[in-house]
Amino acid sequence: MTQNPAPREELPLVLEARGLTRRFGGVLALDRLDLDVARGEIVGLIGPNGSGKTTFFNVITGIYWADAGHVSFDGAEITRATPQAIYHAGVARTFQRSRLSLPLSIFDNIMIGNHKRLNQGLWFNLVRRQAFRAEFEHSFAEAQALVEVFDPPLARRMLEPVAGLPMIDRRRIEICRALISRPQLLLLDEPSAGMTHEETSQLMDDILEVRKRLEGLSIVIVEHEMGVIERITNRCVVLNFGRKIAAGTFAEIAADRMVQEAYLGLK
Amino acid sequence: MALSGNDGRRSLLPGAAAVVLVTVFLIVLLRVENQKAIIALLALGIGAVIAANRLGLLKPVARSFSEREDALGLLAIGATLAIGAVFHEDHFVLLLVCTVVLYTVATLGLSVQFGYAGVLNFAGASFFGIGAYAAAVLNQHTAIPHLLVLLIGGLMAALAGSLLLLPVLRTRGHYAAVVTIAFALLFKTFLEVNDVLGGPQGLQVRGMTILGWSFNENIEIGGIELSFYLNYFAMSMMILVLAFVVVRRLERSWIGLNLDALRLDETAAGCFGLNIVRWKVTAFLLGNFLIGVAGTLHGMVVGFVQPNNYTFADSLVLVSILLLGGIGNPWGVAVATVIVVIVPEKLQVIQEYRFLLYAALVVVVLLFRPEGLLPRPVRRYFSGWQP
Ligand SMILES: Nc1ncnc2c1ncn2[C@@H]1O[C@H](COP(=O)(O)OP(=O)(O)OP(=O)(O)O)[C@@H](O)[C@H]1O
Ligand SMILES: [Mg+2]
Repeated sequence: MTQNPAPREELPLVLEARGLTRRFGGVLALDRLDLDVARGEIVGLIGPNGSGKTTFFNVITGIYWADAGHVSFDGAEITRATPQAIYHAGVARTFQRSRLSLPLSIFDNIMIGNHKRLNQGLWFNLVRRQAFRAEFEHSFAEAQALVEVFDPPLARRMLEPVAGLPMIDRRRIEICRALISRPQLLLLDEPSAGMTHEETSQLMDDILEVRKRLEGLSIVIVEHEMGVIERITNRCVVLNFGRKIAAGTFAEIAADRMVQEAYLGLK
Repeated sequence: MALSGNDGRRSLLPGAAAVVLVTVFLIVLLRVENQKAIIALLALGIGAVIAANRLGLLKPVARSFSEREDALGLLAIGATLAIGAVFHEDHFVLLLVCTVVLYTVATLGLSVQFGYAGVLNFAGASFFGIGAYAAAVLNQHTAIPHLLVLLIGGLMAALAGSLLLLPVLRTRGHYAAVVTIAFALLFKTFLEVNDVLGGPQGLQVRGMTILGWSFNENIEIGGIELSFYLNYFAMSMMILVLAFVVVRRLERSWIGLNLDALRLDETAAGCFGLNIVRWKVTAFLLGNFLIGVAGTLHGMVVGFVQPNNYTFADSLVLVSILLLGGIGNPWGVAVATVIVVIVPEKLQVIQEYRFLLYAALVVVVLLFRPEGLLPRPVRRYFSGWQP
């Protein structure tokens, strides 16, 4: 069922994390974690609650600094880079607890993710309104086309505030916000939280659909539903207490005794 | 997408009707002197708005403003000029109208800071005062052209504001607000003990002169004597229109989006490349610049400056205008300024209690209509634009 797990050695690495460690007081949220992501690969990041999955994303995206270890992205060191620089380098993410700007429209929320591709000059924005209009209309069409992949009716409501939308639509918009800038690496933190089984399955199909259009997009996905992980990932990494306890294809890690004890057994 | 002629007229109508009604109401209100009549008028006005709201008449007005803003903006300018024309020889009313116009410019500045960037500034009156004092000093001691003085007054307010940048950027939420309160209190004390700036008595401000045209002389056209305040009124209107256009375009651009994004969720905004410092600084400086320009011209309009005109209480009035009008909606700011400035001037009974009244008004609004009288609609990048 797993979609063509490519022979890894041939693919260049997009993300390379080495010995990542992060403490919160007495808690070791990440413990000397090594994790690689190859170009075009979908990696599942799994582990029980509190095992450090979100912390890994927060460290990669520069929200927290690592206490020790290194991260490089596309060959460049980003261990101490700001979230801004990391986004510009080509990493985009969603948040476990949806973090959309509720009073703003669907379009506005997606454009927040498009920051680096929009002209941010004062003169351009305030004075050159014709040029701004062209960029606006182009971006609108682009955002609308992206939303359409997920849900065509939603794409007709681009100027409505996000506040009134159900959770599934919010999740879709958050993913669109992350994808609109055409990142090389997408970090999805429990994108299906709060959704039904069918909705989750639908969302995953949509994500795979978008990925076809974005050449070489790599994805790291945190997900509790094992069916999803089995279906969409090329490879999985299992964390427990911040430490990598297993890695491999889903079939391999599912057969692993330690994983069964730490995680699958509990579920 | 182009609207058909008929549709266009239909959506313009409610907004145009509202502008005309409000203008007529204001003219009558400004004309009437009898206190009982004024109370009756105000009651009528409030009643009419409540009734219109109940009958669902305000929705089409709001829609019309969002679809045909440019045309309605022109109409509003025309209406304001009509008010100026009606009272062409009435010093008192024209001075009042100038104050309304310039306060609107100042609250537009606050609106950029608080409504968009989320930086609460409790020293608005101080930055207004910096502009006014700049006018007093520069007009007295230098030969700098007065249009340039307006610019310098704005820049000085922005510069003084940059003293507060570090705390504003470093701290989140309430601490930054406390720093601006401290600034407002210090500013007034500084003026009072500063002899060069006239101490508690303040300074005279020389009137505006542009290319030999003195603003402080009455105008005579074909035997009709016009109040000299009409000069200032015209100037104030020009500044208001400019400020309005700038603030409007700012909101309807990626920059407005950036400011909203950082106000609503700094962390998420940072994860999408937004430079928090750059945009907060831009909003804070631009806001103070607008407040400063308004203050500079206001100083020249009233002809004198003194510390008591730029107190913390006055800053609170500016903030209450913002809350009352609808945070982040420039039309709301304009309407609220009209209410807050004109009503106490006309209604002498409440003059003494006006701060109490403002406070009560703000509490009532926050309780029953937390988004203000005219809540800010979802961003439209171009009025009337449809996908
Ligand atoms: N900002 C923080 N301050 C203090 N402790 C934190 C912080 N963020 C994470 N932690 C701690 O680090 C550990 C790892 O948390 P993390 O959120 O990364 O786990 P997770 O694998 O994402 O869990 P979940 O499946 O519940 O989302 C937990 O013990 C958590 O309490
Ligand atoms: Mg988590």
